[in-house]
Amino acid sequence: MECTLDAQSLISISLRKIHSSRTQRGGIKLHKNLLVSYVLRNARQLYLSERYAELYRRQQQQQHYPDGAALLAMPPCPPPAAAAPPELAALPLPADTQDRDPRGCGAARGGAELLEAPPELQRAPCRDSSPGFYRAPGGAGAGAGPGAGPGGGGAAPGLLYGSGCDFGSGGAPHCSSRTTVLDLDTHVVTTVENGYLHQDCCSQCPCCCQPAPGLASPPPAPGTKRKYYPGQEEEEEGVEEGEPGGGGVAGGPPFAPCTKRARFEEYSAEHPQDSSNISNLISIFGSGFTGLVSRQQADSEQPLNGQLCSKQALASLGAWTRAIVAF
Amino acid sequence: FAGAGGGNDIQWCFSQVKGAVDDDVAEADIISTVEFNHSGELLATGDKGGRVVIFQQEQENKTQSHSRGEYNVYSTFQSHEPEFDYLKSLEIEEKINKIRWLPQKNAAQFLLSTNDKTIKLWKISERDKRPEGYNLKEEDGRYRDPTTVTTLRVPVFRPMDLMVEASPRRIFANAHTYHINSISINSDYETYLSADDLRINLWHLEITDRSFNIVDIKPANMEELTEVITAAEFHPNSCSTFVYSSSKGTIRLCDMRASALCDRHSKLFEEPEDPSNRSFFSEIISSISDVKFSHSGRYMMTRDYLSVKIWDLNMENRPVETYQVHEYLRSKLCSLYENDCIFDKFECCWNGLDRQVEFSLIVMTGSYNNFFRMFDRNSKRDVTLEASRENNKPRTVLKPRKVCGSGKRKKDEISVDSLDFNKKILHTAWHPKENIIAVATTNNLYIFQDKMN
Repeated sequence: MECTLDAQSLISISLRKIHSSRTQRGGIKLHKNLLVSYVLRNARQLYLSERYAELYRRQQQQQHYPDGAALLAMPPCPPPAAAAPPELAALPLPADTQDRDPRGCGAARGGAELLEAPPELQRAPCRDSSPGFYRAPGGAGAGAGPGAGPGGGGAAPGLLYGSGCDFGSGGAPHCSSRTTVLDLDTHVVTTVENGYLHQDCCSQCPCCCQPAPGLASPPPAPGTKRKYYPGQEEEEEGVEEGEPGGGGVAGGPPFAPCTKRARFEEYSAEHPQDSSNISNLISIFGSGFTGLVSRQQADSEQPLNGQLCSKQALASLGAWTRAIVAF
Repeated sequence: FAGAGGGNDIQWCFSQVKGAVDDDVAEADIISTVEFNHSGELLATGDKGGRVVIFQQEQENKTQSHSRGEYNVYSTFQSHEPEFDYLKSLEIEEKINKIRWLPQKNAAQFLLSTNDKTIKLWKISERDKRPEGYNLKEEDGRYRDPTTVTTLRVPVFRPMDLMVEASPRRIFANAHTYHINSISINSDYETYLSADDLRINLWHLEITDRSFNIVDIKPANMEELTEVITAAEFHPNSCSTFVYSSSKGTIRLCDMRASALCDRHSKLFEEPEDPSNRSFFSEIISSISDVKFSHSGRYMMTRDYLSVKIWDLNMENRPVETYQVHEYLRSKLCSLYENDCIFDKFECCWNGLDRQVEFSLIVMTGSYNNFFRMFDRNSKRDVTLEASRENNKPRTVLKPRKVCGSGKRKKDEISVDSLDFNKKILHTAWHPKENIIAVATTNNLYIFQDKMN
């Protein structure tokens, strides 16, 4: 079926539906919002697969980039055949980081499966669990407990976003992470580059650069990040668990586990014990950015991301609560 | 062989239409459920405003043998009012989601009506006589001075104008956290189930202060939620068996004798997805909006966005029949998602069992543009009809309609692009014993009968 809307439009339409459902009479309709979350996930998978394809193309062009050997230690790996499934991580992240469990890296089991072995686009949406997008329905009161703060397991009110790991164009792929958020103030849907982990940012914020000490300015190939994480193998296995045979770890493209690992790494590396800092992390997602990241903006992202990083405080908790609040 | 009745042997004629003529539809008047009682004499509708309107069929006029009795308003009452849940800061809509009739046991009629949170048992009774001739009271109710009473008489009942009273006899509340989508009365006529998005409860009709939870699919972590319950129904004959459908297109059959909590199904009905039809909206269109057992209980019918499927209870891995309701919409799913039509929940129903037809042979369901569809399981033929005031001469046979794709349009065909998606028929009902159908458009109720020879 040919859709007249592109993935980005579908994402924004879906987020608007979820947002407007909060104000509808009768409370939030669990069923409808669950269905919308499926569309959101499907669209996001396509969107990301397009991004990956673009990155791969770009990376191919940069193959001959004369750079430090470390970066090119591994041959570039191609993007997955189809959409790399986004990691559908739901907040609160604190609960996950507390687990210290790669599986819990912002995602429930299903998210891990999705990321671990990105199946074809056809199959990915058929995945059983897309836990990340869906939050406890506030309307029903179940699970929508109080406490947006860290440690509120499953209780962040109205957090809804789909996040995915990406290779942040022009940035340190392993550090980047993407989030699609709807800013309730400006009603703008944004795909957020988690700039604070960008390489530029890394130079400004040493704390977040531990995992990638050798990162130089040119963007490393997407697959190369695998090398940066010693002990990744066991982490991968942890990630795999519970996965219903979606192609197997070994069969999956190398960077899929990398991305997942990256997410976990960035959290654990940056905030090893301090869950209160997680709120800062979270708040970065919550800042209002304008415009969807487009391919053309790739170059302009670098300075922007650096800026964002340095303004972590800007993304205050206030902004955080203004971010898309689903339930 | 089955009886002579077939979907295409029936010629449907306009009989009546109820409701405002106005094009400007008041939200409260939107019909949200339609249900015949067990004899077919009464037809109940519920609306978004929380009202129930019951129509009663006139006794057949022997001289007018060419048409069955007309339905006229019998009783109207406010079943549910809007409520506010202060604890959760939630408004609870008064919209009537479902009405189910109890079989008649005495002179009064009983029905269950439910909104999102509360089920009510209503008693509808007639009063056509009143006592007169009290000794201490005047006719107007004033008390007489006892000293003026010189003789005594026995009060007697005298006829009066028929008055139909509806009174709530039971209120079943506070048992559902999520929105109730179904109620179904057990064949034991003592218990019934109510289903919301995540749970199904079993009630006794006499007991309102407690219910048993028999299905609970709420995950420990709501982030892992992947499906919700969309409809549930008791088996027509087996009082321990019920089914519930899910947003993932599966149906689970459960036996209450197996365990107290029927989280583990006895049977799981699921058809594998056709990968060539995969789209952004595959999950939405596979969500089942209605499930109905056939009269015998051997089959059940499910409705999803684009099709009706008939399942044999003995075969779990695929339906025995699939009927496309409006396949031409498959290429329009994107726009239907944008305008929210893709979330419309269409119901479906089986034919009644009239004198000739002993089996459940015809299925009916609604579509857009005030069209509704009938599928004859025997002949495999189908027909599209329209509920419109333009055909409102009684005994006018409805002309079959046809929707064509965006391409060439033949005469009398409707192009898919000119369909009115605001005119949707979500609720239909078939008289249990005769070929009379009730079709609800947005705010009008149409009654069609077959053309009697």
